[in-house]
Amino acid sequence: MKESMSGDKREMTINRRTFLKGAAVGLAGTMLPLDKADASFWEAFFQKHFREMNETEIKKVIERLEREYEQKYKKAISIGNEKALPGVLFGYGLDLSRCIGCRRCVYGCVEENNQSKDPQIHWITVLRFKKGNKWVDLEESEKYYSPSQVPEPGYFYMPVQCQQCENPPCVKACPTQATWKEPDGIVVVDYNWCIGCRYCMAACPYGARRFNWGEPSRKTEEINPKTHYLGNRPRYKGVVEKCTFCIQRSRNGRYPACVEACPVGARKFGNLLDPKSEIRYAIENKRVFRLKEDLNTNPKFYYFFAYGV
Amino acid sequence: MAHIIKNFFIALKQVFIGGTKYYLWIGFLSIFIILGLSAYIDQINRGLIMTAMRDQVSWGYYISNFTFLVGVAAAAVLLVVPAYVYNFKPIKEIVLFGELLAITAITMCILFILVDMGQPLRVWHILPVIGTMNFPVSLLAWDVLVLNGYLAINTLISFYVLYRLSIGKEYKMSVIGPLIILSIPWAVSIHTVTAFLYNGLSARPFWNASILAPRFLASAFCSGPALMIILFQIIRKLSEVEIDNRAIFKIAELIAYAMAINLFLLGAEVFKEFYSGSIHSYPIKYLYFGLHGKVRLVPWIWFASVLNITAFLLFLLPKTRENFTTLNMACIFVITGVYIEKGMGLVVPGFVPDTLGEIYEYSPTTPEILVAIGIWATGALIYTLLLKFAIPIYTGKLRFATREQKGYGVSSTQV
Amino acid sequence: MKHTKTVFFILMVSCFCLPFSFSFAETTEQDIPKKFFVPPPPFSEGIFPCSQCHQGMPVNRKPRKLEGMHQDIILNHMPGGWCFDCHNPDNRDTLRLANGTIVRFEESYNLCGQCHGVILREWKAGLHGKRTGMWNGEKQYRLCVHCHWPHDPRFKPIQPLPPPTSPYDIK
Repeated sequence: MKESMSGDKREMTINRRTFLKGAAVGLAGTMLPLDKADASFWEAFFQKHFREMNETEIKKVIERLEREYEQKYKKAISIGNEKALPGVLFGYGLDLSRCIGCRRCVYGCVEENNQSKDPQIHWITVLRFKKGNKWVDLEESEKYYSPSQVPEPGYFYMPVQCQQCENPPCVKACPTQATWKEPDGIVVVDYNWCIGCRYCMAACPYGARRFNWGEPSRKTEEINPKTHYLGNRPRYKGVVEKCTFCIQRSRNGRYPACVEACPVGARKFGNLLDPKSEIRYAIENKRVFRLKEDLNTNPKFYYFFAYGV
Repeated sequence: MAHIIKNFFIALKQVFIGGTKYYLWIGFLSIFIILGLSAYIDQINRGLIMTAMRDQVSWGYYISNFTFLVGVAAAAVLLVVPAYVYNFKPIKEIVLFGELLAITAITMCILFILVDMGQPLRVWHILPVIGTMNFPVSLLAWDVLVLNGYLAINTLISFYVLYRLSIGKEYKMSVIGPLIILSIPWAVSIHTVTAFLYNGLSARPFWNASILAPRFLASAFCSGPALMIILFQIIRKLSEVEIDNRAIFKIAELIAYAMAINLFLLGAEVFKEFYSGSIHSYPIKYLYFGLHGKVRLVPWIWFASVLNITAFLLFLLPKTRENFTTLNMACIFVITGVYIEKGMGLVVPGFVPDTLGEIYEYSPTTPEILVAIGIWATGALIYTLLLKFAIPIYTGKLRFATREQKGYGVSSTQV
Repeated sequence: MKHTKTVFFILMVSCFCLPFSFSFAETTEQDIPKKFFVPPPPFSEGIFPCSQCHQGMPVNRKPRKLEGMHQDIILNHMPGGWCFDCHNPDNRDTLRLANGTIVRFEESYNLCGQCHGVILREWKAGLHGKRTGMWNGEKQYRLCVHCHWPHDPRFKPIQPLPPPTSPYDIK
């Protein structure tokens, strides 16, 4: 039985088609921003990739973000945009003969970098190993140790954070280029560009990246108002974050918060390109190694033992 | 051109014409779609924290389903498209339904990715030109390109064939030929690219094995066609479409070979891991035997292995292959087995132990499962609607007369 | 004696520099900063200058357990040693090296460095010790004694801060 078109049916079809067209247009119309609040939403939606914006655009974006943060956190937050200093490649040294596993670096970082308290996010993980046991097999490590005092006899401690690889697998993996390596060697994330696919987290061999599974929350009085766009400004639900060598501090010549928090001086930081820096001294005079070097990620986080040469 | 669009809407009307069983089915699916949608809206509000995924296991049930469905999509076409070229009539008749399944499967894949994203509104960032696609370095960028390209190719082929059928003509080989030649390597590539995106991560030794891409293809060739066999029997029963038993048995035979290769590759993997016994074997040890008392996945993988081996035998022996009871049993076994093995049995052990040695036993939460069921129901709905659209054209019940056939010469709107 | 006046002048100027709270240390090693600043020594309240008690007190050079004063100091450093191995019996406001050289409290690292030479070398390079300040400018140095109490220098165990929340507990 074939259907064939007759005059009146055709008209009905045309009318139905026109109706559908009109309905579609009308629906789209309701999505248009009609007031200022919605305008900000669209500005945020269409914000360009950080590296594609010129200075004026970045300034505008920063102004908008500062307004949004002020509204959300009831505190004036300044977002810096310091560029990489020329002739600088940051390196980090960790003296394993000194670390006592006290975790003051972990919490110093949390205070400096505006991490969410609930759900809890820590950028630094301190692993505890039993002396003499397998070490490369990180599976033998313990992360949740909670004795009354550290260091415990028979154990040693190794903190792990973003290794700021020179050949970062996370940067290779990211489908939107939301994470990249800056000229001074810091691997950064543009929190307004990240789509939250977490491929970078699967790619990182050091478990350094954290995801905002829920809405990050932090009390207003705990917020550090001095921030950097690519660093410690408050993040959003559904984006990835990680250690940035305290980009807001290091690009202004200061040591990262974890370096300053360590009570036993286990942490060293400096410019790998400066032959007089302490990190170069460590590399040249101590036997340094890096984690999972066989993966050729070429991290800039060097572990060493100061005792003994 | 206008008449093509008009005819499209006329054919679309067919979707709304159906008996009680049809509407009951649509209603049944809608319940799960609505449940899934409400769970997803909750997820949009509270974030992915309402899944069981955490930093240690950052991909879970959604990506498991995605991986399984990419295999189905690849196989759906790979198996049947050559029929266009080789002219094996029994399969040639059912190619269309395989392609429609591929379209459905890819749509479901895209939905699973969208629900897994932390910031779904920013999905345009991944596109080339308007976004900043990290092509060619990022495998996920490749995946976006090949999956969407595959969707486009299959939509083009299917709707072109349907259009030609609707005016009572055969498809033109000159039009479809290049598309088919393109779609065969393209189907291989979608699953290879998906395998590569796991394979390329040196951080995850469980995945960082060259055998992953061949295993993916082999298991895809098992599960996709098995799903098609079941669907074809349903189509045959509920409509006037005739599907030759020979087509079904041929597909079943191919599944037997694919499963043989799949089992062999699994054996190769198992040997390498357990015999060398390095630290890198801990994920597979976790999967099959548990690690430090953590055994959540162990019963599942053994269940899947038993299903796969049984299905293999049932497909291998002609007696059981050509008996519809055992054949359907085997199909269900293989679909379930591969779904477990390639889904959770692939994604979760990649994260256990995690890069710093921690073991987090992931098990999807109820909202996660509801969203996944919602997407499967959406897929079933899409396939149902596609069939409802396509079958009347395919069987000849719906035909549009061409201008020449009408013989009126100039006629502005008649088709 | 053409240069007497010059020498005398320089000596006077140096004496004026002595009471300053920051002390400068000079090294002759290459590739190490010539000057670095340390905060004042962490004396207990009211204990310095030591001469306010020890001025005129007879000196007893016999190694013994102290009674009457300073009995709270239990020496757990350098087994077999005692006070005058480091403290200057002739002037309690200073310390002295093994060869008798006087060392001011503001430069006590030179005393520690006698035995802990490698550590002194690394401290000067910036590798040893707590790091604060500017990595590309003025690093803040500390005296050894700011972190290590010289009478019992080994760090005592401290309470660690809480472990991270388990992923099972993040809701």
